[in-house]
Amino acid sequence: MRGALPVLLPFRAPERGPPTLTRAHLVMLAVALAALAPAALAQASGAPLSPLAVVWKWTPLLLAGFGFNLLISFAAMAIGTAAGFGLGLAQLGSSRVLRGLAWALTQFFRNSPWLVLLFFAMFLIPFQVRIGGVTIPLPDWLKAIIGFALPVMANVSEIVRGAVRSVPTPQWESADSLAFTPRQTMWMIILPQCIKRMIPPWMNVYSLITMATVQASVVGVTEMLTLTGQVHAAEGGRPELFAPLYGFALLCFFVYCYPIDLMTARLERRFQVR
Amino acid sequence: MSAAAPTWTAERPIVELHDVHKSFGTVEVLRGVSFSMMKGEVICVIGPSGSGKSTLIRCINALVPINRGSIRVEGQEVNDPALDKLALRRKVGMVFQQYNLFPHKTALQNIMMAPLHVLKQDRREVEERARLLIRKVRLDGKEDSYPGELSGGQQQRVAIARSLAMRPQVMLFDEVTAALDPETVKEVLNTIRELAEEGMTCILVTHEMGFAREIAGHIYFTDRGVIVEHGPPAEFFASPKDERTRQFLSQIL
Repeated sequence: MRGALPVLLPFRAPERGPPTLTRAHLVMLAVALAALAPAALAQASGAPLSPLAVVWKWTPLLLAGFGFNLLISFAAMAIGTAAGFGLGLAQLGSSRVLRGLAWALTQFFRNSPWLVLLFFAMFLIPFQVRIGGVTIPLPDWLKAIIGFALPVMANVSEIVRGAVRSVPTPQWESADSLAFTPRQTMWMIILPQCIKRMIPPWMNVYSLITMATVQASVVGVTEMLTLTGQVHAAEGGRPELFAPLYGFALLCFFVYCYPIDLMTARLERRFQVR
Repeated sequence: MSAAAPTWTAERPIVELHDVHKSFGTVEVLRGVSFSMMKGEVICVIGPSGSGKSTLIRCINALVPINRGSIRVEGQEVNDPALDKLALRRKVGMVFQQYNLFPHKTALQNIMMAPLHVLKQDRREVEERARLLIRKVRLDGKEDSYPGELSGGQQQRVAIARSLAMRPQVMLFDEVTAALDPETVKEVLNTIRELAEEGMTCILVTHEMGFAREIAGHIYFTDRGVIVEHGPPAEFFASPKDERTRQFLSQIL
């Protein structure tokens, strides 16, 4: 028997935040690229272009493709957010039937693989609709946007529901006792308080959907990944081009999404304090 | 149960409870509470924790629906499925233990919101009244502060002003000093004392026995969902008749 009990100190996570890219990393990356560039140019005169030169040559096209991915992500996010906001509010509404329906829709679209939803949208939405005498064509990219908007909608719906639920009930009680109607309470008192809380998870969804847009290539929408494959084929399908070309696509998404993730993490930390 | 409120006159009780019962699930919180008070009266409800005090005053503005019995405010029956809750709540102000100010609005905006959007009153008139109320609760200069920038006592006084901006006929105070630092309790009590002196009808749930003795016209002691004993403070504190009251007072005083 020992005299004193050993004391188990509580575990404390180190104070450091998650690892982040510093300016030094970027400098190293730039130096590496600069070192490779002359070699690429030197070989340009020879018969086959160097991998780097190939990437450089096709950069405008590939970036245009990337731009299209971004366009799909913006549109899907806009539609999905609007629909998701409505669905989230319906999940919190006073009508029992509506609440159940909104809940079921949310769960269904939230727990389906995004690619399956994309196929679902591609093959279930007609290629054109006729309203009155006007025929409106629905091109593939538009269907893809709808396909991506579905999971965004479901995720935003849950974000809204969760954020509203996170507002303490006394806020509702004090609004009630001041004779606000439930609708006024929601729009003037509860939602303004939780918009801030919704932003980080919403940005997270955005980052994920942006990366998911390459799945559109599977259903035949010409975006960056499709173009990368086509460029690869146009350059003779040389195996040594595979890594640089697809690496370039990776880099584009990384450079775009990483700052979003950083900002999300920063906002999360900031809102945690309050 | 008469549906519409009959013409109520000040000779009749402004708040009247009769045999009020309330259960949460299988737990009976109120087991037949009755009392009545006249306009301008101040009453304090005291009692041990869990005796149903908070539930009792939450029933009066229909924040908590009751199971049985009758509550009338200015003759309007609260326990009525067709009750116009909003009309009732315009008459009954309430202040909470945790202040519950709206954190995204400044002190002045907190006070102005309900008159603007619920009563649809003119903005200029509402703002003028809100500034007067800020002064009344002695918070001049804090108009543009957010709740997070104010101390507990200051927040609670804003909450009182916010409630008063609706020009209620009755004020309910639910342990409004229980969450405050001892040094800020006084400033909140002073505000309530002034209100009472101006003739506001007040129902207070409180643990501040000294304050209750000084301010209340009548004290109600509740335990396990019933009013055990009541009377004017002098009598109540000097010679409690019930054993439970004596026990409670001996513990708390």
